[in-house]
Amino acid sequence: MSPLSPGAERVLEVSGLNVTVKTAEGRLPIISNIGFELKRGRVLGLVGESGSGKSVTCLSILQLLDPTTTCMEGSICLQGRELNGLKKEEVRRIRGKEIALIMQNPMNAFSPLFTIGDQFIETIRTHTLLTKKQAIELALNSLQEVNLPDAFELMRKYPFQLSGGMLQRVMIAFAMCLRPAVLIADEPTTSLDMNNQMQVLCLLRRICTEYGTSILLISHDLGVIAEMADDVAVMQHGRIVEKAEVCELFDHPQHVYTKELLDARIQIGNNQPSKSLMRAQ
Amino acid sequence: MGLLLVENITHSYNPSHLFFKNKQSAAVLSDITLSIEEGQCLGLLGTSGAGKSTLGKVILGLEKPQKGQVIFQGIDLYDADKSTRRSIRRDLQVVFQDCYSSVNPRMNAEQIIGEPLQNYETLSLKEHYRTIGELLETVGLKADDRHKYPHQFSGGQLQRINIARAIALKPKLIVLDEAVSSLDMVNQTKILCLLNELKSSFGLSYLFITHDIKAAYSVSDTLAVMEKGEVAVLCEDKSQFFQLEHPSVRKMVESVLSEHPRYRSIPK
Repeated sequence: MSPLSPGAERVLEVSGLNVTVKTAEGRLPIISNIGFELKRGRVLGLVGESGSGKSVTCLSILQLLDPTTTCMEGSICLQGRELNGLKKEEVRRIRGKEIALIMQNPMNAFSPLFTIGDQFIETIRTHTLLTKKQAIELALNSLQEVNLPDAFELMRKYPFQLSGGMLQRVMIAFAMCLRPAVLIADEPTTSLDMNNQMQVLCLLRRICTEYGTSILLISHDLGVIAEMADDVAVMQHGRIVEKAEVCELFDHPQHVYTKELLDARIQIGNNQPSKSLMRAQ
Repeated sequence: MGLLLVENITHSYNPSHLFFKNKQSAAVLSDITLSIEEGQCLGLLGTSGAGKSTLGKVILGLEKPQKGQVIFQGIDLYDADKSTRRSIRRDLQVVFQDCYSSVNPRMNAEQIIGEPLQNYETLSLKEHYRTIGELLETVGLKADDRHKYPHQFSGGQLQRINIARAIALKPKLIVLDEAVSSLDMVNQTKILCLLNELKSSFGLSYLFITHDIKAAYSVSDTLAVMEKGEVAVLCEDKSQFFQLEHPSVRKMVESVLSEHPRYRSIPK
């Protein structure tokens, strides 16, 4: 499947999303009036400082916020279906199958007590009617798709036996095996070193073009955004301050905060031609 | 004579665990020789697992190497007696990656920064109070922040407190082990600027351990690349670094993310 044109169908639509947290002094807003749409096969980058509400936005899409301490209002529409207000069991069926999540720290995302294979098969069989044998086959295929060598051996290993970069790719295999429509990647490369970062980003890009999956990419690194995103939303203090197409945003930032963010990039010396300049010549 | 001289360091972890007796010991560092001059910054690059942090620990005197010497200001760190080592410690400070776990959550900022002062200096109460206020202002915080506890600070602010603690005794060398890696871009840039300012105003030397080539480039004078426990490349003049032909350097330069979406290295 190839990515469709910018006017393609909207997979995920978020509008008027407000999250407040209940404190002793009353309700404290965390994010207010967030709205964006995710189109098929496109990557939407959500960028901002730490504490700007990026992760809360992604947790509220998955309905993972604690309802006893937080209050969520607004509409989250996945392929024409309203998610806000669904029952727990119904949301559970959507999580992992239609919306998948990749977390920042792969070491904490797996249970240390079970092998990769056990956890993989559990995920597959929760959402499908496949037999154990079929599930193993699907798991092996998915692991091979993310370029992991020796998939069979890998299934028997425990999470602590793998490196961070490998685990992150296993997590992507988990997320992608059921071909979800939306993939939420919350700082997917922050804890990885540079070579692994490149591999994981290439993999995400391939998933996006091959399966037409829409990716909501959350990052504070403008380098990652510049490499991956098609559209960008900039968040500050729980609000989206600017939304634009990626080249437009880097060339003509409108909001003061966006300009500040772009200025905060570490430049490799002025006398030294940076990588982008070298490519431009 | 350099400030710090690391000579032929070889180190490995011996798995003395019950279940892993038969396993061979894993060499982490092999035959490492480096030096840092006064007022200079050495950027130590490498992928994860290359042995960067172990070398940092060896230099700090936390991990005795099996072979080799660490000579700091002309004194062998692992050969010195207790009182000499104590005085060396004063000039050798460290800032770790995880700012939250490197401070005691039950101490407030004043106690955190005041601890090294109490250990090494005999200041009157008034001077102690004034020094801490000055240190907080040096790293860009307010003197009134002294009563706050770690959980009341953001990651970037807490990293500044860690830096304030490290410079409290006016040390000669600070080992920065991934000190900016866990921070977001805005805070990273702010901390890197602060480090550069401190370097020129106090004449500090740094050992800057990181996997981020851009961060290393912006503070270091010399760059070294570690690979599988060895120093693969040592580049005295950092402006030459990007022209080097060594495969590990090329791989590193190639995985630098582009600054503008027009020059993407990941094709669509």
